[in-house]
Amino acid sequence: MIRRHPQIDGQGRLRHLLSIDGLPKAMIERVLDTASAFLDVSDRTVKKLPLLRGRSVFNLFFENSTRTRTTFEIAAQRLSADVFNLNISASSASKGESLLDTIDNLAAMNADLFVVRHAQSGAPFLIAQHLDQLGKDVHVINAGDGRHEHPTQALLDAYTIRHFKKNFTGLRIALVGDILHSRVARSNIHALTTLGVPDVRAVGPATLLPGGLESMGVRVFHDMREGLRDVDVVIMLRLQNERMRGALLPSAQEYFKHYGLTPEKLAYAAPDAIVMHPGPMNRGVEIDSAVADGPQAVILSQVTFGIAVRMAVLGMIAA
Amino acid sequence: MKISILNGRVLIPCERSAPKDDQHGSRADLHIADGRVIAIGDPSSSPSGVLPDGWVPDRVIDARGMLVAPGLVDLAARLREPGFEYRATLESEMQAALVGGVTALVCPPDTDPPLDEPGLVEMLKHRARGLAGAHLYPLGALTVALQGTVITEMAELAEAGCVGFSQANVAIADSQVLLRALQYAKTFGFQVWLQPQDPCLARGGIVHAGPLASRMGLPGIPVIAETVALLTILELVRVTQARVHFCRLSSAAGVALVRAAKLEGLPVTCDVSVHHLHVTDQDIGWFDANHRVDPPFRSQRDRDAIRAGLEDGTVDAICSDHTPVDDDAKALPYGEAEPGTTGLELLLPLVLKWATETRTPLARAIATITTGPAAIVGVDQMAGTGAGMLAVGAVADLMIFDPDALWTVDRNSLVSQGRHSPFLGYELAGRVMTTFVAGQPIFERV
Repeated sequence: MIRRHPQIDGQGRLRHLLSIDGLPKAMIERVLDTASAFLDVSDRTVKKLPLLRGRSVFNLFFENSTRTRTTFEIAAQRLSADVFNLNISASSASKGESLLDTIDNLAAMNADLFVVRHAQSGAPFLIAQHLDQLGKDVHVINAGDGRHEHPTQALLDAYTIRHFKKNFTGLRIALVGDILHSRVARSNIHALTTLGVPDVRAVGPATLLPGGLESMGVRVFHDMREGLRDVDVVIMLRLQNERMRGALLPSAQEYFKHYGLTPEKLAYAAPDAIVMHPGPMNRGVEIDSAVADGPQAVILSQVTFGIAVRMAVLGMIAA
Repeated sequence: MKISILNGRVLIPCERSAPKDDQHGSRADLHIADGRVIAIGDPSSSPSGVLPDGWVPDRVIDARGMLVAPGLVDLAARLREPGFEYRATLESEMQAALVGGVTALVCPPDTDPPLDEPGLVEMLKHRARGLAGAHLYPLGALTVALQGTVITEMAELAEAGCVGFSQANVAIADSQVLLRALQYAKTFGFQVWLQPQDPCLARGGIVHAGPLASRMGLPGIPVIAETVALLTILELVRVTQARVHFCRLSSAAGVALVRAAKLEGLPVTCDVSVHHLHVTDQDIGWFDANHRVDPPFRSQRDRDAIRAGLEDGTVDAICSDHTPVDDDAKALPYGEAEPGTTGLELLLPLVLKWATETRTPLARAIATITTGPAAIVGVDQMAGTGAGMLAVGAVADLMIFDPDALWTVDRNSLVSQGRHSPFLGYELAGRVMTTFVAGQPIFERV
């Protein structure tokens, strides 16, 4: 009953990027090394490489996103691809067209690569398997599926950590906040444990931590000060508005008091610890402005590196 | 028609340990006349029953290498009529039942509209009779439209042919309604079939809440959804003494609760789906919607506990939980895909697979899909049929199967319109060759 992971083809090449789970360490490292070469391109006056010239990249966002879509768009354009943005939630899906019908139609327009964001965990797997079964040579990149994974975010986070901390062995890294609903957290956990980080921690109230985190190689903390003690990297997670009041949390205020990153709590981390956030931030909910704008924050570097990492992924898959 | 089935091994289901010789069936010829079994016996020694002088059968079936067993009784087969004919029809699914050796089946009331009115039940029974296939035993809806607020006219529905009352897998959220429903059912001695799942704890859940759910980012249905519901229902049974049959237990803790309830002497029984004897949440792979079922596949520990429950008799029956789903409803992201797998044609091979893996004697294994489920429906309810029985004088609802014949489960080898299964692509042992209803060989594999 175990079926092959559809992202790696019979020759061991990266055909799609669907999850960090199941991605070999060597392949993650290759993405990071390639991204490092692309980073220089972004600094040039002429910021374009001809790697994907003539290729069509479709951004299929079944769920709204500005930031991720824009960075994929920029990355694809810097590789000279033609980029088409489709905001599906506002078109066919609302007319009752099924997901795979939409995919078939777009594939018939001779797309080369789909960048997919979908509210359902596993949707990019369904799309990739469907295209593979039809024998279509179309690649799929997961740009976030439900609570499952957001692989390029984890890769750019890994890139950022490597940039500031040089290597992964010996690091202590804490992920703080809503792990339960976070695709970023899941991808990060897989990436960091695969890259050899010996101490990955999850910090949050029991209502926002999924069961079985230990089996993913993560230590669980409910007390943020304990969880941040001596860590080298703090990755804050966004708390969605709809989760701020209800059965999971009583209020944003109480959350901030216990799990918001303030200078006082950050002082428990190593003195040279860096602070990361996948954005967009909720200031005063999960992070204090004094930290977000402070010297330890590398949040804007993440955005810059994000373009280079997505160029690397696009190049490795489609070139 | 007079039929002699020669040279086969006759398998008499046996719920407790059978004499060693009979555990895997014993060589015997079996003779049918006027729709009933008239004699079973080893040709070389004394047969039971008497063959009339000058017995000349109209037909002789050579069952060398085959097993002759009672027709199977399936406690949960959705036939999708009325209302879901685009998923499956009575014709296709009744045929699938015969291909699977099933001669009696219970169908849950979650049709569209649900079976909450006598007219609907009568129509369904009438349609089934017209097809001359397996005996059909509908469950009536326990509450109107399965909405969990108003109880149905149970006595009327029972007269129309309902053998029990059920909510299918739509749990009653209001415990007071559930209490009243059990009291009312108890008044008439009706049995209530409940799938124990707390609707609040299961809300939004898709897969077993465990490490895999966390990893895949799929909302979980925790084991406590099953145990909390079981504890509530058991408490109500303690007060009302209503007969309750628990459908589709899925967890180790659930099996343990039913075991304790039975020891206490509460009037409860339970079944499990045949798929849950084999498949665990780890088998879902990369979001394979063929594995989306309700209740979800749970951990290996749960699966092993279900097997242990069958071993010690806590679990009374295995059912196919046959739920045909159309392709469009499965070709969706895992969380949007419709739960359900095809089961009628896999029931026997999957029971045989379990028996082989656990070294369960065949006579005992087959009891879980014949006498076990027949006892739950009730002999009086099935009067006039041979459901679950193989004995001289009984109605000849039988099947002949080859326990060693291998076949590959694929979309083309299935007769049911439900073509989704975790076992697609698998080679399974066990094929039904002939199915008899009332002495007529109404399915024969060519």
